[in-house]
Amino acid sequence: MTTTTVPRLRRARRVVPRPKPTLVIGGLLLLGFVTMAIIPGAIAPYGPNDFDYGAILQAPSAAHPFGTDNFGRDVLSRVIWGARIDMQIALFTTLFPFLFGTFAGVVTGYYGRWLDAIFGRIVDVVMVFPFLILVIAIVAILGPGLSNMYIAVSSVGWVYYARLVRGETIVQKNAEYVQAGKVMGYSPSRIIARHVFPNVVTPAIVYLMTDMSLGILLGASLGYLGLGAQPPTAEWGVMVADGKNFMTTAWWISTFPGLVLTLAGISFSLVGDGLADLLRPKS
Amino acid sequence: MSAEQPMLSVRDLNTVFPGERGRLHVVRDVSFDLAPGEVLGIVGESGSGKSVTLRSLVRLYRPPTEITGSVIWQGQDLLSVGDARMQDVRGGEISMIFQEPMTALNPVLSIGKQIRESLAEHEGIGGREATERATELLSLVGIPSPRERLDGFPHEFSGGMRQRAMIAIALASSPQLLLADEPTTALDVTIQDQILKLLLRLRDQLGMAVILVTHDLGVVAQTCDRVAVMYAGRLVETAPVRELFRNPKHAYTVGLRRSVPDGGAARTPLAPIGGAPPDLRSLPPGCPFAPRCSFEIPACHEAEPPLVEVAPGHASACIRHDVLPAPQKERS
Amino acid sequence: MNRWQYVLARLLQMIPTLLVILVLVFFMVRLLPGDPATAILGDRVTDEAVERLNRQLGLDRPIPVQLAIFMRNVAQGDLGTSINLKVPVSRLIAERLPITMGLTLYAGLVAALLAIPAAIVAALKRGTWIDGTIRGFFQVGLSLPVFYVALQLLTVFGARLSWFPVGGIGSSFGENIYYLFLPALSLGFYLAAMLMRNLRASILEVLTAEYVDFARSKGLQPRVVLASHVLRNAMIGTVTLFGLSIGRLMGGAVITETVFAIPGVGRLMIDSIYGRDYSVVQGLTLSFAVVISLVFLLTDLVYTVLDPRTKMA
Repeated sequence: MTTTTVPRLRRARRVVPRPKPTLVIGGLLLLGFVTMAIIPGAIAPYGPNDFDYGAILQAPSAAHPFGTDNFGRDVLSRVIWGARIDMQIALFTTLFPFLFGTFAGVVTGYYGRWLDAIFGRIVDVVMVFPFLILVIAIVAILGPGLSNMYIAVSSVGWVYYARLVRGETIVQKNAEYVQAGKVMGYSPSRIIARHVFPNVVTPAIVYLMTDMSLGILLGASLGYLGLGAQPPTAEWGVMVADGKNFMTTAWWISTFPGLVLTLAGISFSLVGDGLADLLRPKS
Repeated sequence: MSAEQPMLSVRDLNTVFPGERGRLHVVRDVSFDLAPGEVLGIVGESGSGKSVTLRSLVRLYRPPTEITGSVIWQGQDLLSVGDARMQDVRGGEISMIFQEPMTALNPVLSIGKQIRESLAEHEGIGGREATERATELLSLVGIPSPRERLDGFPHEFSGGMRQRAMIAIALASSPQLLLADEPTTALDVTIQDQILKLLLRLRDQLGMAVILVTHDLGVVAQTCDRVAVMYAGRLVETAPVRELFRNPKHAYTVGLRRSVPDGGAARTPLAPIGGAPPDLRSLPPGCPFAPRCSFEIPACHEAEPPLVEVAPGHASACIRHDVLPAPQKERS
Repeated sequence: MNRWQYVLARLLQMIPTLLVILVLVFFMVRLLPGDPATAILGDRVTDEAVERLNRQLGLDRPIPVQLAIFMRNVAQGDLGTSINLKVPVSRLIAERLPITMGLTLYAGLVAALLAIPAAIVAALKRGTWIDGTIRGFFQVGLSLPVFYVALQLLTVFGARLSWFPVGGIGSSFGENIYYLFLPALSLGFYLAAMLMRNLRASILEVLTAEYVDFARSKGLQPRVVLASHVLRNAMIGTVTLFGLSIGRLMGGAVITETVFAIPGVGRLMIDSIYGRDYSVVQGLTLSFAVVISLVFLLTDLVYTVLDPRTKMA
């Protein structure tokens, strides 16, 4: 026997959280990186560009746990100072895409028709290229450098968010509680803002965390290729490139920044997975 | 109980699911015999443990689920034989059909392929011989144009046809026992009737025994020789089908009878059984049906009554069986 | 509609997208700072020399005319001539695209060989330390940058241990299996991680399906149940993911080709962008678009074959 329930307008779901250990670990790591980014001077024993020609290419030791590079710079300190750049990269390569993409996705998904048709074309054109190549092409036009990299990534990256959110919006649009709202005479903007948006933004937030991990990788890759952050900036990708000619003689110059980079990526990933678990509706 | 050797003999079957939130003792001390060619119905509400019982018979559950007791088939205890023998028994001697054919059939393999799998495994035949045999099987279960339908996929069949196809697959290696888990629950009433008649016809033609699990007393009345009533994981009454309907000897069975329309009888109001099935994790002491029972007395709450014979071939686990009313005359 | 009609319809759909891309690329390339003539001749040349070169290259005509000429040429299969390398672009692409495609497919193969067995084991041993270790291992793979893995593999197995060549390609198919192994590994590792996660989750979901119970109740051998019932269903989503990831792999090839000095299309793209080699950039962009569109189409086709329930709309 089923009783009919009058559909109630739903707010964003609140789920009582019980965090998994991986989420906690990821969160702590992330906290560590953010701390490094905010107060590098307090943690790092040296500055990022403190040359010391008397101590070049030294292997890891007590004085220099990560060794020194060919300019005598302390690799550990550079890695710590680099957190600031790479955390910035994580933020600026994803913030605009997330905000604009979510907005575009909701609007396109909800209003549909010609807006959707145009969006479909844009998606087709963007999806047919490897993301990296698109970004490289735009950076080539604008010139290498961090800010241009942010512009390049943002101008293409929003499409992925928009596509995700559009899909979710379409699903929600047909849900009962939206129909109920329409019947009650709510204006579209009210329905979207108060009811549709909170439900579709959740997958976007989860994707945001993974995207931050990808953003760091992308930024570091471009740094490695010489198209993103420029030497002598202590960005982890640039540091790996700095050391690539010394791999057989002074492996530490490239290896440590790379490991830290990976660790940063892992921490974002873990947090992303943990959030996905928490926010997923219980099935 | 017939005088011949039972084909299947189940004693003290217990199935426990150890879960994060406590051990779920779903099947409790179930014992019964099955005579050759008999159709035994196991009837009960959802959650009574009837489907789990069926699956436990052929060990369809993997550890950590615990299945204990004995299931004697052809002189061997299925619960203690090796995997190889078990694989021979499943499909080859005992087959099973499920409630919802849309989910029970592999959606990406053709019906023919799913039949031929069984044939390859148990009869060792393949190629043209297998195709012919598969076509015969589809024809046996009443599917028109069997040769063409062999290459079809489950989603291309209608509900009733899908169920017939599943039966055909289950019969591929001529099993002697068919376990049917609510085979008609998901079907329209008219199709239900067809499928049940099909099962009976197959029983006659192939000499197969059937254990039919259902929650529908009407299905039981139509097809079964004997019935076992299950409640809260236990058998609470077993009897030949006529006996059960004419003379129920457990308060739960009486309640069941009253809660279904009785075609032909005088207009009496339906009386559903109040309350809800018990939580298996926290059963009260005594008879598990007592909280919902209209005949309960204090003694019912003391100890769980055992299943004992109260008339020839008729067993009950109700201490109040002698005061239960005989129901209205059923339409014979 | 039947399969051929579907393919044809999809191919036709590709054309407008490609046209849009062509026009976009044409204009974007001309936005690159500097012009080819200066790039070739250097800064200290006379204006006449620049003008002469421009006329030679056809770059002095009005833009719409250049666009029209370009479109006509492409339709005839003429992708122009590389300004820097002085050879037909189509020849460059014909030489290098197969190398990049080969590397990409090799990486895909490596990824599949790593991911599939791992996913099966992890799913079947779910919750055990084996599962945890496998998932942890691949979790790291998700965050390892391609350039880092490439560099480390090259250093350790190439330079130090000399088990593999230190970059470049061989002269035969067989040799390339050897030469491209490390590059394929570094490129494919990330994909392996994604595939493993996806397949493991798929398998776990399928294991609870009733048709798996039915298959077991038929007394089929466990490996038959695993292959015909579990994997056959679980792989569908993973195969689709694989197809959709080829594009990303080709992007990663840029990095791998740079680290391992492989003469593929990825490096050519970067070099051409910086060399202001318009024709090559145009030709390459078109090639990427065509190849990846075809891969998408192929992926969809494979999906319809794997899952008979799909209707081709």
